[in-house]
Amino acid sequence: MAYKIVASQCTGCSACEPECPNVAIREKNGVFIIDPKKCTECMGHFDEPQCVAVCPVDLTCVIDNAFPRYQVPA
Amino acid sequence: MTVLGIAGPGDPLANPGKTFKTFELIAKTAPDIKLCLSTNGLALPDHVDTIKAFNVDHVTITINMVDPEIGQHIYPWIYYKNKRYTGIEAARILTERQLLGLEMLTAAGVLAKINSVMIPGINDKHLVEVNRAVKSRGAFLHNIMPLISAPEHGTVFGLNGQRGPSAQELKVLQDSCEGEMNMMRHCRQCRADAVGLLGEDRSAEFTTEKIDEMSEVVYDAETRKAYQELVEAERLEKVAAKDAALADMSDEGMSDIKIMIAVATKGQGRVNEHFGHATEFQIYEVGTAGSKFVGHRRVDLYCQGGYGEEETLPSVVRAINDCHAVFVAKIGGCPRDELKQAGIDPVDRFAHEFIGQSAISYFKEYLARVRSREIVHTVRGDADIRQGAYISAA
Ligand code: SF4
Ligand code: SF4
Repeated sequence: MAYKIVASQCTGCSACEPECPNVAIREKNGVFIIDPKKCTECMGHFDEPQCVAVCPVDLTCVIDNAFPRYQVPA
Repeated sequence: MTVLGIAGPGDPLANPGKTFKTFELIAKTAPDIKLCLSTNGLALPDHVDTIKAFNVDHVTITINMVDPEIGQHIYPWIYYKNKRYTGIEAARILTERQLLGLEMLTAAGVLAKINSVMIPGINDKHLVEVNRAVKSRGAFLHNIMPLISAPEHGTVFGLNGQRGPSAQELKVLQDSCEGEMNMMRHCRQCRADAVGLLGEDRSAEFTTEKIDEMSEVVYDAETRKAYQELVEAERLEKVAAKDAALADMSDEGMSDIKIMIAVATKGQGRVNEHFGHATEFQIYEVGTAGSKFVGHRRVDLYCQGGYGEEETLPSVVRAINDCHAVFVAKIGGCPRDELKQAGIDPVDRFAHEFIGQSAISYFKEYLARVRSREIVHTVRGDADIRQGAYISAA
């Protein structure tokens, strides 16, 4: 699984963008989006998903169930 | 432009890469532009060296409390060292980092200015303590501004109905801190809370494309120097005019009476704006000791081309209701009568004069009329504060 940003809630504040350890976040049409292929749920980097921790709007960066849980490569 | 400040969106030091890249580019193209930076201070201690290296003119730190007990009611959470902290712990980290950052700036010889947002019932009394704490750590200016809480801003305080302070509450607090240090009621360098000076929010003009265009402009040091000299000459002239008016008054004897005057101005320290075109009034307090700038009041445009005039006048009156007079370059007959009815004297005879000097001569006449018992001096009521620039509590 990866994280995703609920576009309707995102204020476009850009706080999450520089925090992502995998450079998975970028701007698109005024809001920010996460590239699910790059997102590692911050595993191996931090205890908390950084985008969730920094986002000023609750429940904006959320788990995207469309993807399987991230596996730390063996 | 002589001063460039970076204030947002969010905290510039949360994205230090971009902020310092901008400074680097500017320092290259326009070496005499002063750089300033506005921050909540959380990341400040990590960047003092870089700030020093870029020769940043001054750093503004927003400090709303020095006591975590109070801080927990202002900051619901912070993001620090890759973790989210909440409650009293968040406020404790924040205040430690802010004060450490301030001490480091002072030690590095970088000017530090402190902004505090006054939130009635939460930190209003506490700000006197903040004032003491920042002063002892070497801050050169402390600016207390009112919380602007309108629900449409969508901030925590706007939404839960926290009210902003009234003009009188703000002034009482500023006055009580004033003995302790330089209080700033208006920054002449830059108000790093909004792009542009006085009134107009010019953020829209500074879109990325426009800035790209601007960087094409060849930087002309000669013209700029001439301009700076002109500004300085104007300033000296203004000071001289004010001193002359003051000296003239000193033989009138002292008095405890003080009045407030609202001034419609476009800048240059002169009464040069039409009442109907003013989006902001500058407020001066005048007494036998001289005149002193005490703040700005935002108003809706009175002249909006035919509609809404009936509604806006009362709001203008509310915004300057603590003033005895309003100085304008010009004013229509209708608003003139209504202002008079509200007890505010509309004055256009100082059109295009210097503000300080005009305020003092008006005060002299006022005092003379009080002494000859032609009028009775009364203290005016309180006024509403509304500012255009959005000021967040964070
Ligand atoms: S969870 Fe971590 S890796 Fe995924 S987008 Fe957010 S910050 Fe980036
Ligand atoms: S931090 Fe939240 S609100 Fe800000 S850009 Fe990222 S997702 Fe959007």
